[in-house]
Amino acid sequence: MDAKQKDKLATGILYAIAGIIVLLLASLLGYILIQGLPHVSWHFLTSPAKAFEAGGGIGIQLFNSVYLLVLSMLISVPIALGAGIYLAEYAKANWITDVVRTAIEILSSLPSVVVGLFGFLVFVLQFNFGFSILSGALALTMFNLPLLTRNVEDSLRQVSFAQREAGLALGLSRWETVIHVVIPESLPGIITGMILGAGRVFGEAAALIYTAGQSAPALNFSDWNPFDIASPLNPIRPAETLAVHIWKINSEGIQPDAAAVSAGASAVLILAVLLFNILARFLGNRLYRKMTAES
Amino acid sequence: MDPIKEAMLHRSKAAKLERRGRWISFTCISIIVLVVVAIFSFVATRGLATFFDNKVNLWSFLSKTTWSPAVKDAHGAPQVGALPMIVGSFGVTFLSAIVATPFAVGAAIFMTEISPQVGKRVLQPVIELLVGIPSVVYGFIGLSVVVPLIRNVFGGTGFGILAGTFVLFVMILPTVTSMTVDALSAVPRHYREASLALGGTRWQTISKVVLRAAMPGILTGVVFGMARAFGEALAVQMVIGNAALLPQNLISPASTLTSVLTSGIGNTVMGSLENNALWSLALLLLLMSLAFNLLIRWIGKKGEMK
Repeated sequence: MDAKQKDKLATGILYAIAGIIVLLLASLLGYILIQGLPHVSWHFLTSPAKAFEAGGGIGIQLFNSVYLLVLSMLISVPIALGAGIYLAEYAKANWITDVVRTAIEILSSLPSVVVGLFGFLVFVLQFNFGFSILSGALALTMFNLPLLTRNVEDSLRQVSFAQREAGLALGLSRWETVIHVVIPESLPGIITGMILGAGRVFGEAAALIYTAGQSAPALNFSDWNPFDIASPLNPIRPAETLAVHIWKINSEGIQPDAAAVSAGASAVLILAVLLFNILARFLGNRLYRKMTAES
Repeated sequence: MDPIKEAMLHRSKAAKLERRGRWISFTCISIIVLVVVAIFSFVATRGLATFFDNKVNLWSFLSKTTWSPAVKDAHGAPQVGALPMIVGSFGVTFLSAIVATPFAVGAAIFMTEISPQVGKRVLQPVIELLVGIPSVVYGFIGLSVVVPLIRNVFGGTGFGILAGTFVLFVMILPTVTSMTVDALSAVPRHYREASLALGGTRWQTISKVVLRAAMPGILTGVVFGMARAFGEALAVQMVIGNAALLPQNLISPASTLTSVLTSGIGNTVMGSLENNALWSLALLLLLMSLAFNLLIRWIGKKGEMK
């Protein structure tokens, strides 16, 4: 076989590989949506789960997922912003910065189950928060922080240095330059990263089974006082999320319709992640146009 | 006092703001470092208790094959042999990396060298979506599609390392692919031009020049994928069968470090030997993730383009 034939063969194989991967995703999505969507109805999305009989929904789990997501983003976004600003604007090239960067790298590569176990040890047992939304949100924060921080730092670094010089030349302090000049310019990138992070958090389960717990007590959706135990807003009640629910009914569940419920829940989860992805692209582009006056 | 002198002697409002801002951002970064230190120290204290408090021999922990911490053997020592889990974890990790690498590298070459347009429009979003799918969904698909398939084709229960490999292959594919794409696009254009000018075909250019130049980056991607596979818990736990036995073949039920942890830690009492032994597994997991990290750094340092 001469070089030209080899070239043709290799090209063919590469096309095949690309095709297989596209096909793989298409069949994954197709399977989930075809299996799952028929089960998704308003009733399924709003009614509570049933432990022993068919016909349960995912209402409480869905609410828990969203609430947990909001709470953990509320904690992690400010910290990630601060840390990203420090790394991009203040950090000098010395050994302290090296240590910090290594720490972030290690944290981002830790298995999420280890993060979950640490949360269990510290928040659930040591601080006595119990299996609760609060413990879960803190565990998710640890899981999410390194990636968010890196995203903030990268977005800040993409702002051209002339912008900073302009701010400083106007007599602004470094901090004011960052807040009023650099952050607005890099906001689209930061927002995109945050939404993608939110998608990741939404589907996370391993960090949650021993922090937010695996049970979803009944909620009273007319009681919005955060201190009542049945209130949906109470942060120290156990809260099984959608992703944990899928794991739970598949590995330990005894519902007769476990497969149908998990297919439906998976479809909802996938749609949510898709939504986050589209939102990230759309909002990022839109914000970028708005803030840079590029039509 | 003269207002100018006063202004010189006191810190201006802007300077105070600057100090405060600097302090706030430094606090944030310290929180992250603190979290990392806390994770290591807490897991290490718990994990080492097996060896110091319960006097389990480290070597027998790593090499014995019977995992039943509640039962004592003839010498009165608890039976905590973690070898089945270690073999399981490394088994699925290496096998899935071996399967995923050709696909990932192939896809990356396609995206950068063969057809960048299709790559950008079709494959890029596909890869991003694959990253986004939650691991429990992969586990669920593994449980409802892959396991029955293996059961029908090879017999047995269908649970086992093969099913785990299959699920992890899909999970690490996007990670390895996107890092390989980065590595390939970092190869300077004139390398390719030089090879083509010498009369090399496209495939000769790719295999003899581009891939060689991008090798360290590709290896980093593969190790990243392996780290992800090693630490993945739920998807693997759902399809591996969860039997703490040394795997006989690829389709016999097995277990990994993560699967034993997820299914076990809730059923043991804090401070008991059963519990400590599980924390030792968590420590092992932590150390392995550290090892992968070091490996990545080492490859990065060795392969720096000079």
